Amino acid sequence: MSTSSGATTHPASGASFSTPSPMDPRRRNLIIGTCVAGGAAVAAAAWPFLDSWSPSERAKAAGAPVEADFGALGPGQRMIVEWRGKPVWIINRTKEMLADLAKIPPGNLVDPDSKQANQPPYATNATRSIKPGLFVVVGICTHLGCSPTDKFTAGDPTMPAGWEGGFFCPCHGSMFDLAGRVYKNMPAPDNLIVPPYRFASDTTVIIGEDTKGA
Amino acid sequence: MAEAKAPAYDSSKWFGRTLNWIDDRFPMTALWRSQVAEYYAPKNMNFWYFFGSLALLVLVIQVVTGIFLTMHYKPDARFAFASVEYIMREVPWGWLIRYMHSTGASAFFIVVYLHMFRALLYGSHRKPRELTWIFGCLIFLSLMAEAFFGYLLPWGQMSYWGAQVIVNLFGAIPIVGEDLAIWIRGDYVISDATLNRFFAMHVIAIPLVLIGLVLAHLIALHETGSNNPQGVEIKKHKDANGIPLDGIPFHPYYTVKDLFGVMVFLLVFAVIMFFAPEMGGYFLEYNNFIPADPLVTPSHIAPVWYFTPYYSILRATTDRIMPVMAVAVAVLALMTIVRARSGWMRGAVAGGAVLVIIGFFTLEAKVWGVVFMGVSVLVFLALPWLDQAPVKSIRYRGPLYRLALAVFVIVFVILGYLGTLPPTPGRTLVAQVCMLAYFAFFFLLPWYSRWDSHKPVPERVSK
Amino acid sequence: MTKNRIALALAAPFAAAVLALAGPAHAAETELKLEKVEIDLADLPRLQSGARTFVNYCLGCHGAELVRYNTLVQLGLTEQQVKDNLMFTAEKIGGYMRTAMRPADGKEWFGVAPPDLSVIARARGADWLYTYLRGFYRDPSTVTGWNNTVFPTVAMPNVFEHLQGDRVRKEEPVMRDGKEVGDGHGGVLTRVTFETIRPGSQTPVEFDRTVRDLVNFLVWMGEPVQDQRKQIGFFALLAIGVLIVLSYLLYKEYWKDVH
Repeated sequence: MSTSSGATTHPASGASFSTPSPMDPRRRNLIIGTCVAGGAAVAAAAWPFLDSWSPSERAKAAGAPVEADFGALGPGQRMIVEWRGKPVWIINRTKEMLADLAKIPPGNLVDPDSKQANQPPYATNATRSIKPGLFVVVGICTHLGCSPTDKFTAGDPTMPAGWEGGFFCPCHGSMFDLAGRVYKNMPAPDNLIVPPYRFASDTTVIIGEDTKGA
Repeated sequence: MAEAKAPAYDSSKWFGRTLNWIDDRFPMTALWRSQVAEYYAPKNMNFWYFFGSLALLVLVIQVVTGIFLTMHYKPDARFAFASVEYIMREVPWGWLIRYMHSTGASAFFIVVYLHMFRALLYGSHRKPRELTWIFGCLIFLSLMAEAFFGYLLPWGQMSYWGAQVIVNLFGAIPIVGEDLAIWIRGDYVISDATLNRFFAMHVIAIPLVLIGLVLAHLIALHETGSNNPQGVEIKKHKDANGIPLDGIPFHPYYTVKDLFGVMVFLLVFAVIMFFAPEMGGYFLEYNNFIPADPLVTPSHIAPVWYFTPYYSILRATTDRIMPVMAVAVAVLALMTIVRARSGWMRGAVAGGAVLVIIGFFTLEAKVWGVVFMGVSVLVFLALPWLDQAPVKSIRYRGPLYRLALAVFVIVFVILGYLGTLPPTPGRTLVAQVCMLAYFAFFFLLPWYSRWDSHKPVPERVSK
Repeated sequence: MTKNRIALALAAPFAAAVLALAGPAHAAETELKLEKVEIDLADLPRLQSGARTFVNYCLGCHGAELVRYNTLVQLGLTEQQVKDNLMFTAEKIGGYMRTAMRPADGKEWFGVAPPDLSVIARARGADWLYTYLRGFYRDPSTVTGWNNTVFPTVAMPNVFEHLQGDRVRKEEPVMRDGKEVGDGHGGVLTRVTFETIRPGSQTPVEFDRTVRDLVNFLVWMGEPVQDQRKQIGFFALLAIGVLIVLSYLLYKEYWKDVH
C-alpha cells in the first residue's frame, strides 16, 4: 500500500475482471472447500437453536417418573396420581371385580385381547396389568380427552343392563370395563392407555418407567 | 420496462426460466447487480472497512439469539431473574444463546465505535456522505436505547439501579422532569410495569427502527459510493462503460475479503463467549447476579462499559466546572461572532451564548450534566459541518487534526474507564479535564481544521 | 507505512482499554484484601465434599432454588447417591434445592431473608466467599454475637462454629524497637490479629480445606455448564481456525486480480 504523499498518481490500474473465462481450478476448489466447511459450520451453529426447542430440564423433571405409594388403598378404591400432566388411576380391583371382568362376552368389546398397542407388553393380558388386582391406567378417554367417571359396581342402575363394572365417559357416553377396554359401538375407538410402570416395592409403584429389562 | 428487457438467464433450463419468471415480477437480478455484483467499491479499502459488515453480522446475531431468548424469558418482575437462570441452566443450549446475546451486545458497541472511528480517520462522514453519517449516528442512538432497555431485562441489581439512575436523569429536566420520569416508569419506582414496557421496546420497537435505519444507511452509502483510506472520489475517473477505474465489484472481491474479516471477528467473539463471557465483570456485571432489590442499592453502581464515557461526563458536571464551561462558551461564542458573515448571525450567537451562560449559573449543575451528556452523544451528528478541512483522509491532513484525534481517542478511553470506577475528587478532576478536551475536539474543529496544513491529495487511488 | 502506523497508534488506546478492562470489580463490601482460593472444577471428590458441606450447613437457611438436585449427578454421583446422601427433604430428585426455612421467618430471625445461593459465586467471587466464610469472629457488640472481617455486622452467624472454633479480634499497636509506631495520621499503627479462644473440631488446615471445597462447589453451582462450555469452545475455535485459513486463501486468490 503506497503512502507516499503528494500528487503522484499511479498508472491506470483498474482491476482486471474482464471477460468470464473458464474458472481457475484452484479458485474453484477453494470456493467448494469454503462452501462445504462454511455449510458445516452453519449447520453446527444452527443445531443449538433448533435443540433449544426440546423439552427443558424443567419439562423433563415435570415429566419424570412418579412414585406412588398405594399401601393405604383399600379394596375397590381408586387413587389418582399426576404424571406428565395427566391423571393416572391406580385401582385396587377386588376378586369380585376381576371375576365380573371375566364374565364380559368378548364380542361386546372392540379389542378384548388388547391387540392394539395401548399398553406395554407386560400388561397385554386379560386384566391389562402386571398384578391382576392392581390396575394402573391413564384416566383419559381415547375419544376426545375427557376423564371418564367411576361406575365400578356391577349392575349400576344408571348403566345399561348387564353392566359388569367399569368407567363411563360423561362427555360422549363411551363405556369401558374395569380393565379399561372400550365397549363396541361407542365414540371412543380404543382401550384406555396403560402407562409404563413398575413396582419399586410391594406397596409402591413407579409410573412412567418400564420394568427393568422389559 | 420489463417487457423490453432481455432475459438474464438461459431459458432452456428450468432454473433459468424460474429466475427469469421472478425477474419479470421482482427486480431480483437488477438489485443483486446494482447493490452487490456491480456495486463498485474502491480497491484500496483496508481492514478498517471490515467493521461495517461486522456490525451487520452482529445485528443478525442479536436478532436471532434475541428471538430465541424471547421464547424462554419472562418479562415479569417476579420471574424475570429466575427465567434468565432457567435459560442458563435448563433450556438445552440456553447458556450458549444467552452468552451469544450478552457478548454480542458488547461486541456491537466495539464494532460500531471502531466503525465510527474509521470515519474520523478517513473523512467518511464528509461531503457527499453526510446523510450516510447521520443515519449512522441515528443507528448509534437507537443502539444505545436498545442496550439500555435490554439491560433491565435480567432484573439484577445493576439492571434495576442502572435503569433507576438513567430514568431519574429525565427527572432533572426542569418543570416536567418528575412527571416525565414517572410516565417512563409507569410507577414511582422501577417496577413490573417498567420491565414490561422496556421488554416491548427492546424486542420489537427499537429493533424495527434499527433495521429501518440500517437500510437507510446502506441505501445512502450505495448512492454516493464508498469512501476509502485516501478519501479520493473514485467516481471522478470512469472508463468507457462508466465503471470507476479504481473500483472493483463488491462481489466477489469484498465479499471474500469481508468473509475473512468475519472469521477473524468470530474467533475473537468465540474466545470471549466460551472462555470469558463475563469479561472480568465488564460484559456481565457481577452485581447483576444478585436479584433486583428495590430496598438495597449496591455500594457502587456503574453502567455497562459502552455507556461509561458519557456517564463520566454526567458525573464530571459539578458546580465547580460551571465557571470553566461558561468561559469556554464565551470564548467559543466570540470566535464564532468574529467569523460570522451576517449581523443577524452575530446577534443570534451572542444572544444564545448569554442565555446559556446565565443558565449555567441559575439552573442546577445536575441539569447541565444531563445536557452535557446529551450533547456529547448528539454532537457527532454535526461533525460533517464542523470539519472544515479541504481534504478528507488523515493521510493528507496536518498535525493538528492528527493530534486532536489522538487526544480525543485517549480522552474517550479515560472517560470510559473512569465511568466504571466510583468517583473520588481526583478522578472527578481528571474527568473534568477530559470532558473539556472531548468537547474541544468537536467545537474547536471548525478552526483548527482550517488552520491545519494539508498535503496534496492524489487524483487517483493507489493501492 | 507511516500513515498506517499512525492509525495503529490511534487504535492502540482502544486495545489498552480492552486490556485495562480486566481488573476485578466484584460486589465486595470492603476493600479488604481477599485470600485467594484455588478452584478446580475437575476435582469431583472435592466438589462432592463441598456439596455435602453445602446441604449440611447452608441449605438449612439458604435455598439454591434455581438448581435441581439431579444436577448434582454431574459431580460423578448416581441419582440414588444424591437421594441418600444429599437430600434431606421429601423433594423429588428433579426438584429444586429449596430451603427448609420460610423467607419470612428468616427475615424475622436475622433481619434480612438469607439470600438464595444459586449464583452467589458469580456475584461475590470465589475469593470473597473463601475469605468471608473463614472470617467470622466473636463480637459481643453485635446482635448475633458474631462479626466478620469482610462483611462487618453481617446478619449471618458463624455456622461453622463447631468446626472452626471461636476466635476473637485483637488490635494491638505495632512495636518497633520497643516503641509504638505512628500511622502518619497522628494515630498509632496497629496490627489486627485473631486469637482462637476455643478450638473447633477441625484443625485450621482441615477447616480451610472444608471451606475451599464448599467454595469450589458454589462456583460450580453458579454455572454448572462452565466446564462443558470451555470444551465446546475449544472445538468451536478449531472450526473457526479452519475457516479463517480457507477464507484467507480464497481472499488472496480473488485479490490476485486486483492490481
